[in-house]
Amino acid sequence: MDNSAYIQLLGQGIIETLIMTLGSTFLGYVLGLPIGIILTVTDKDGISPNPFIYKILDFICNILRSIPFIILLILLIPLTTIVVGKSYGTAAMVFPLFVCAAPFIGRMVESSLKEVDPGVIEAARSMGASNFDIIFRVLLVEAKTSLIVNATITTGTILGYTAMAGTVGGGGLGSIAVQYGYYRWNTQVMVITVILIIVIFQLIQNIGMAIASRLDHRK
Amino acid sequence: MSNIIIDHVSKTFTDSETEVHALHDICLKIDSGDIYGVIGMSGAGKSTLVRCLNYLEVPTEGHVYIGDKELGALSESELRNERSKISMIFQHFNLLMQKNVIDNICFPLIIKGVSKKEARKKARELLKTVDLTDKEKAYPAQLSGGQKQRVAIARALASEPEILLCDEATSALDPQTTSSILGLLRRINQELGITIVIITHQMAVVREICNKVAILEHGHLVEHGEVDEVFLNPRTRAAKTLLKYEEAESDG
Ligand SMILES: Nc1ncnc2c1ncn2[C@@H]1O[C@H](COP(=O)(O)OP(=O)(O)OP(=O)(O)O)[C@@H](O)[C@H]1O
Ligand SMILES: [Mg+2]
Repeated sequence: MDNSAYIQLLGQGIIETLIMTLGSTFLGYVLGLPIGIILTVTDKDGISPNPFIYKILDFICNILRSIPFIILLILLIPLTTIVVGKSYGTAAMVFPLFVCAAPFIGRMVESSLKEVDPGVIEAARSMGASNFDIIFRVLLVEAKTSLIVNATITTGTILGYTAMAGTVGGGGLGSIAVQYGYYRWNTQVMVITVILIIVIFQLIQNIGMAIASRLDHRK
Repeated sequence: MSNIIIDHVSKTFTDSETEVHALHDICLKIDSGDIYGVIGMSGAGKSTLVRCLNYLEVPTEGHVYIGDKELGALSESELRNERSKISMIFQHFNLLMQKNVIDNICFPLIIKGVSKKEARKKARELLKTVDLTDKEKAYPAQLSGGQKQRVAIARALASEPEILLCDEATSALDPQTTSSILGLLRRINQELGITIVIITHQMAVVREICNKVAILEHGHLVEHGEVDEVFLNPRTRAAKTLLKYEEAESDG
């Protein structure tokens, strides 16, 4: 293989890694954000306690989060085939990554929202705010910075998982690293992929933290 | 305007095993236009009592009337509507830290469905009332305690309430700032005719602006009436203790 073929291979890898990371994080939030909100609202100190709903969601989140990702990936193969149509490749890997991310994100959102000062919630209630107002005009607004910081951490974590997904189902820089570095002893390619993953991680981290601190008015 | 009638109100908190009787059979009438002080030792039930007045805390027994409305008989949405006539300010201000001053003041209007433009207009007037026009765009973290409480007062006035509940509103402030906030409250009472209920453990606050006072001890209402009468002739041990404590405080 000549240099331009390598460059093409790595370029392809970067794109696939970004698709898996951002795609599954995005989908993870579509489900995880409401889960986090419901966990916060229905918990015993929440604005509308409901032990039944809380316990069910809490249980599902805990179960999914306690299964190691690599095993979840294999367990989900039949379901992935049904949902995506195939069990390998970049698009297929988004599904197990999403299943892994959603409960994790739910927990992250829950912990961000629970940091909001109960006094502010009480003040809003005293002004006649509905639960809807409290969720969308108080909780999500006051927790903004923490939510963004956690989204950054989540994206970084998912990036790491895409490498694992790559080894099983193919796609992305992780799979290139394993194929060339582990099976073919091509250290150079492996080192380059690792550097690329580190660079992407740093970019995500820096952008996320910059946005969070820019939007924070608590100081 | 609305009188507040507290009619045989009791409140018991039941945790898994323990029961806390925070309020025992309280009866009290607060007339429209009063500045009513509520004093008592820590844990006496002052906050619980005042939180029953807007049903943030639902009494275990008894009734609370605001004007001719009994709060316990209202539906959830009627209660929310009623709450916009009963504003509240707090010891720790409880402002939205991620919103600037003007948006904090607009908050109660926005949740009532007032347009943003109109809300801002009203908020700017209120900034004048509390003497903070130059801080419109500031965030709470950039304000002093006294300024934060002024913002909280402006926010409390936005919904044009008839009643203002103050839970230790000056306890986090130095004496000078306290007296300027009290001056503002007195002005609000006189110019807007708003009834004010003030919880405090600072006897000086009661002397400075209240016309009536109630003394709570272990959840019981032990004494109430005109400030002058109660302070000149304290009948109960609780009242005497509180007043003696005050003397000791000002001596030391
Ligand atoms: N949510 C609650 N659950 C259980 N007990 C409570 C709750 N709120 C208050 N209490 C108890 O009720 C009693 C009265 O509390 P309250 O906060 O009304 O006192 P307070 O007079 O405002 O005291 P402080 O001056 O310290 O603010 C206390 O014994 C308190 O522990
Ligand atoms: Mg209190």
